[in-house]
Amino acid sequence: MSDSLIEMTNAQLHYKVGNSISAMMGLPSTVKAVDGVSLTLKRGESVGLLGESGCGKTSMGRVLVRLEQVTGGSARFDGKEIGQMKGAELQAFRSRSQMIFQNPFDAVNPRYSIRRTLEEPLSNAGIKRGEWHDRVIAALELVGLGDPEQFLERFPHQLSGGQLQRVVMARALILEPEFVVADEPVSMLDVSVRAGVLNVFRDVRDRLGLTAIYISHDLALVRYVCERTIVMYLGRIMEDGPTEDIVHAPLHPYTQALVAAVPTPHVDQSHAPLPIGAGAPDPRNPPSGCVFRDRCPLVQDRCASDIPQPRKIGTRLVACHFAGS
Amino acid sequence: MTTLLSVKDLSIAYKVGSNDVVAVSNSGFDVPKGTIVGLVGESGCGKTTMARALTRVIADNARIAGGEIAFDGQDLAALPEAKMNALRWRDISFIPQSAMNSLDPVYRVEYQIMEVLRDRGGMTRRAARARAAELFEMVGIDKGRLRDFPHQFSGGMRQRAAIALALALNPKLVVADEPVTALDVIIQRQILDQLRTLQRELGLSVIMVTHDISVVAYTCDRTVVMYAGKVVEDCDTATLLNRPLHPYTMGLKNAFPDLKSAGSGVLTPIAGSPPDLADPPDGCRFAARCPFAAELCRSTEPAPLEVEKGHIVACHRASEAAQLRLEASKPQTWEAMA
Ligand SMILES: Nc1ncnc2c1ncn2[C@@H]1O[C@H](COP(=O)(O)OP(=O)(O)OP(=O)(O)O)[C@@H](O)[C@H]1O
Ligand SMILES: Nc1ncnc2c1ncn2[C@@H]1O[C@H](COP(=O)(O)OP(=O)(O)OP(=O)(O)O)[C@@H](O)[C@H]1O
Ligand code: SF4
Ligand code: SF4
Ligand SMILES: [Mg+2]
Ligand SMILES: [Mg+2]
Repeated sequence: MSDSLIEMTNAQLHYKVGNSISAMMGLPSTVKAVDGVSLTLKRGESVGLLGESGCGKTSMGRVLVRLEQVTGGSARFDGKEIGQMKGAELQAFRSRSQMIFQNPFDAVNPRYSIRRTLEEPLSNAGIKRGEWHDRVIAALELVGLGDPEQFLERFPHQLSGGQLQRVVMARALILEPEFVVADEPVSMLDVSVRAGVLNVFRDVRDRLGLTAIYISHDLALVRYVCERTIVMYLGRIMEDGPTEDIVHAPLHPYTQALVAAVPTPHVDQSHAPLPIGAGAPDPRNPPSGCVFRDRCPLVQDRCASDIPQPRKIGTRLVACHFAGS
Repeated sequence: MTTLLSVKDLSIAYKVGSNDVVAVSNSGFDVPKGTIVGLVGESGCGKTTMARALTRVIADNARIAGGEIAFDGQDLAALPEAKMNALRWRDISFIPQSAMNSLDPVYRVEYQIMEVLRDRGGMTRRAARARAAELFEMVGIDKGRLRDFPHQFSGGMRQRAAIALALALNPKLVVADEPVTALDVIIQRQILDQLRTLQRELGLSVIMVTHDISVVAYTCDRTVVMYAGKVVEDCDTATLLNRPLHPYTMGLKNAFPDLKSAGSGVLTPIAGSPPDLADPPDGCRFAARCPFAAELCRSTEPAPLEVEKGHIVACHRASEAAQLRLEASKPQTWEAMA
């Protein structure tokens, strides 16, 4: 058994968009949601995936649980190309890897009661019916839904956002998977509950030896859960390294901007202007060279012509021609 | 300052089987004109229920069981649906918590925004198209993507489109349920700044449901804290964060990760869970989790009182708050409750 569970090599996910009219007008017809991503995740490792809205975080997660397939390059799970799994292997993969979806209201069937929502994966995995009830209750308690019986016969719209988000998390963990993509899993929880759920997430991870990708735009949360962080921008990895290093001394100009923009829970915070403006470029038509160049405060001529390849700087990989110099 | 919206003694109940889940119970607060008011509290405490009641987009099994929602001289709790509908978008708009899927999947985003502008705002097609582009710029989406379908947007982009829609006709009040939760810090900042600009320039008022204390700190003039269906504290944001009077508010602060402060960053949750709203306890609803609960707390419900000017709190021990804040700042105080 190799010690890496996930390996992506130059992976791409390009969505086809547009129609014959836009094609005739010569408009680009693909969104490069993931564009040349390489990374390796060791078994038991939790990695935070950070980056602006629309940069491709969810797309990358979807590839890793095979809700999409790479359109170029490779994405492997336990040594096997994810897109090529079939039959029993694919079925096993479906219970070994799980995704906690970004929007809980999208993630559940509105006509299924909470009980049925949670029993379904058990049934699919061939677990004996006699065990269902206890496992459902245990999973709900695990994610901090006290008094779970009161929720079982309700339907998703009869729960608050945060309650439903925890149901979605319980569903992903109920089969004790090896690999989880958690897409903004606590975004709807208020802090007092969130701290509890994050502690649970850390416990479960340590107990099951879970490998996890934790997608969030909240660096403070990523820091709480993950020792390693990957920063994406427009479908590419900008920086990859230990979270503490990234928080305290970000190397890539984009990471520097992100860290500077993190708000604090104090009223007297300085309202300093942001280091960069909002709004990433259209991923249908990304800039040549470095994709960050039209917002980069340190841009130079070379950035328009050469794509910066990830370089090792100390503990980190950084995709910038000038970082660290 | 004149009051734009005043919620008084509001109760909202959901029918679940033969039970009534009273998700908002005899609660109220005011929104002075031109202010941004935060609404915070634990998951399931009734924030969305409150927000939806204010815009009267409530669930089928919900009913307003009592109270009043005074807005611009009318009681929204009693207004006939046709009149309420006339106020929506133009006077009050709503950004739902699941705004990400509030767009219609079969129409292009641009069409949906233009519909609101033309139908509700009486704009011409040309004016509506220009306004749609302007709105996209406000929320940081390239206007080249106006003609996308919702499924072609990322989660955060759909969220921003819903925000654009709510701001389309310059309403007096926007009720926003977790509007920036799904957004990264840079976009978040742009949108919060945009709301503040509209507040300053057009006198926009906002009720912002959020669980993010840094969003509250950055944006909200006043903040209302709910617990288990009740408003437990209501005051200006600086005072709330620096000198909270309610033990629940004190506990919230320990649970919040602060990237820019030193320390191990271990988060201290408030142990336990909120009471079943179909059968709430006598006395203070927070008593089972409150490290400071006394005999009286378990038998008698504390009434909300204005204990300092503009600072309302519902706690029997509010007069000892200075001492309790000291205790509450220690993690052991909360760990002992676990
Ligand atoms: N349609 C419904 N039928 C029955 N109960 C409901 C319904 N909608 C909400 N509830 C219950 O009412 C309570 C308040 O829910 P609400 O959605 O207002 O909470 P919230 O404060 O917005 O929480 P969150 O932060 O998780 O979104 C919860 O206990 C929830 O389970
Ligand atoms: N089915 C699709 N068809 C076309 N484009 C898509 C599709 N799904 C996503 N995209 C585009 O791919 C890009 C990346 O989207 P993705 O959902 O991965 O972003 P994200 O990083 O998860 O953002 P957020 O933080 O807002 O959720 C975006 O530009 C989005 O519009
Ligand atoms: S390569 Fe150039 S444009 Fe890109 S981040 Fe580095 S300095 Fe900025
Ligand atoms: S009334 Fe008593 S139990 Fe309730 S918050 Fe105050 S001290 Fe705690
Ligand atoms: Mg996403
Ligand atoms: Mg809610």
